[in-house]
Amino acid sequence: MLAFLLRRLLSLIPSILILLLFVVVLLRLLPGDVVDVMLKDFRASDLDRQVLEERLGIGDPIAVEYVDYVRGAATGDLGRSFWTQEPVLTVIFDHVSVTMELMLLALVFGTLTGIPLGVLSAVKQDTIADYALRSVSVLALSVPNFLLATAIVTLPAAYFGWSPPLFYTRFSDDPWAHFQHFLIPAAMLAPFLSASLMRMTRSMMLEVLNEDYVRTARAKGLPERLVVYRHSVKNALIPVVTLLGLHVAVLLSGAVVVEIIFGLPGLGKLLIDSLVQRDYPVIQGIAVVTGIFVMLTNLIVDASYRFLDPRIRLG
Amino acid sequence: MSEVTSEVAASGTALGLAVPKRRFRLASVLWKFARRKPLGAFSGLLLVLLVAGAVLSDVLPLAAWDVVDQSQRLQSPSFSHPLGTDQFGRDILSRVLRGARISLQVGLGGTVLGVSIATSLGVISGYRGGIVDNVIQRCVDVVQAIPPVILLIGIIAILGPSVLNVTLALAFRTSFESSRVARGAVVAIKDSPFVEAARVLGAGSGRIIFSHLLPNIFAPMIIIFTLNVGVNILSEAALSFLGYGVPPPEPSWGGMLSGQNRLYMISAPWLLIGPGVALTLTVYAVNMFGDALRDVLDPRMRGV
Repeated sequence: MLAFLLRRLLSLIPSILILLLFVVVLLRLLPGDVVDVMLKDFRASDLDRQVLEERLGIGDPIAVEYVDYVRGAATGDLGRSFWTQEPVLTVIFDHVSVTMELMLLALVFGTLTGIPLGVLSAVKQDTIADYALRSVSVLALSVPNFLLATAIVTLPAAYFGWSPPLFYTRFSDDPWAHFQHFLIPAAMLAPFLSASLMRMTRSMMLEVLNEDYVRTARAKGLPERLVVYRHSVKNALIPVVTLLGLHVAVLLSGAVVVEIIFGLPGLGKLLIDSLVQRDYPVIQGIAVVTGIFVMLTNLIVDASYRFLDPRIRLG
Repeated sequence: MSEVTSEVAASGTALGLAVPKRRFRLASVLWKFARRKPLGAFSGLLLVLLVAGAVLSDVLPLAAWDVVDQSQRLQSPSFSHPLGTDQFGRDILSRVLRGARISLQVGLGGTVLGVSIATSLGVISGYRGGIVDNVIQRCVDVVQAIPPVILLIGIIAILGPSVLNVTLALAFRTSFESSRVARGAVVAIKDSPFVEAARVLGAGSGRIIFSHLLPNIFAPMIIIFTLNVGVNILSEAALSFLGYGVPPPEPSWGGMLSGQNRLYMISAPWLLIGPGVALTLTVYAVNMFGDALRDVLDPRMRGV
């Protein structure tokens, strides 16, 4: 186990380097750069462009920029934003807490409802309860979140004169207002998570409930509750946990739409803003931070296989 | 199931009836499926209708999907426009059907491609273990760690916005992400007694993979497939929302649900209801059909 952890932690370094290479190249291939965006409302000469490029320290070949960036990153310096000249780490730090909070709330809601409901749905296979749960979950999977978010923002405002809070309040200023602001966006992200976990749990439980050892457990007279919770659930969870891990990765930077509509200054919004402004240092910084987080999540998921099924050997 | 059908076919021939063998078999399999899983069969029918609607949208006697007519703008549903018209006076029903082409191509096509690659990657990675596993999984780490927005927008910006490129970009993302589920499922069963038994009996890797591992990871993969159909149709929508979807005027359900159209949520809700219902129905049908398929194909439940 220790060797496994060490090996995986060490492999983070090459992985992050390759990730950065991808991101750096991908960004440079996008049409238009930061100078174009900055100068788009001015009639700028080539000389102006050169001066600006020089001041921002860009225009070097990709390889040079990449090496410089990695060298900086190795000493903990992720550069400064092209636009605000703030250190990238500070900018990301300001936004990451919002995303983490949103993600944790969604994960807690989603997991606590998804897995038990999935078990229920499997145990009651092909009953009304099963059909109802599956139908509701499919609804949750098919409503686009930008549509739902727009509906939540506009409909109550039109009919009841109430709208969810849209201006971000810092926790230190007003904890209750801060929490309220997160509640609806989190409750919007959660159903998708919950529904997909529920469907995976149901399907895996159905597989497991037909296994011989479950039949044995029943045959020796164990109460159904014990058969389900002691003997079955843990064995059904490997794909569920894997799926949960995928959701963590997606939520980390993928809650863009919800963050934009609800005015939450999280990583997703920062990412889109930086992308529009071609603020490469910030985007690369986000990629490093989310990358490390995603890889650690995968590490935890892989290690959990062994906990769920002791027969599994960690590679 | 096949024994039963051949039995039926055999008794048919015994009675002296001319039984066209293949056809009879397919029909009876479908009939059996429909009896055992009515909801699944209904969903399958729905999918067939959707695909037919998408393919035939040019032939069906409908208003043109791309004719702008300001005198007809924002009409509520009526006999001549069953789902109403949009802010440019275009018929929504024909746009929904036309949009089905893109949404189904992106949703079904992208997912079939993505999940097939995902399964192959995951099975190889999980089965081989060791260095192969490590290399593949670290690649997966990298692709998964690129924020999806950057990955998708990056690919589309480089390849150019078109239906095919959006499909490919989504398939690429799906394939790396979902391979983890396939790998996890393989890792969970590859040391099981039945796999070892097969190996002891002299089965090679190919045989073990195709007749022992793949059937047993079918359940999680079908869930991953059905989830991703919805996710990919919606991702195309989210890309449209951010301005990188399939370029207008070509309609997609996602595009019809995003952008300017959201502003009419209160004054002309039918703009959203048509594509919204189509999207929901598709995702519903794919999921329910997938569930039914899993139940029928579950090796442990065969014949139950």
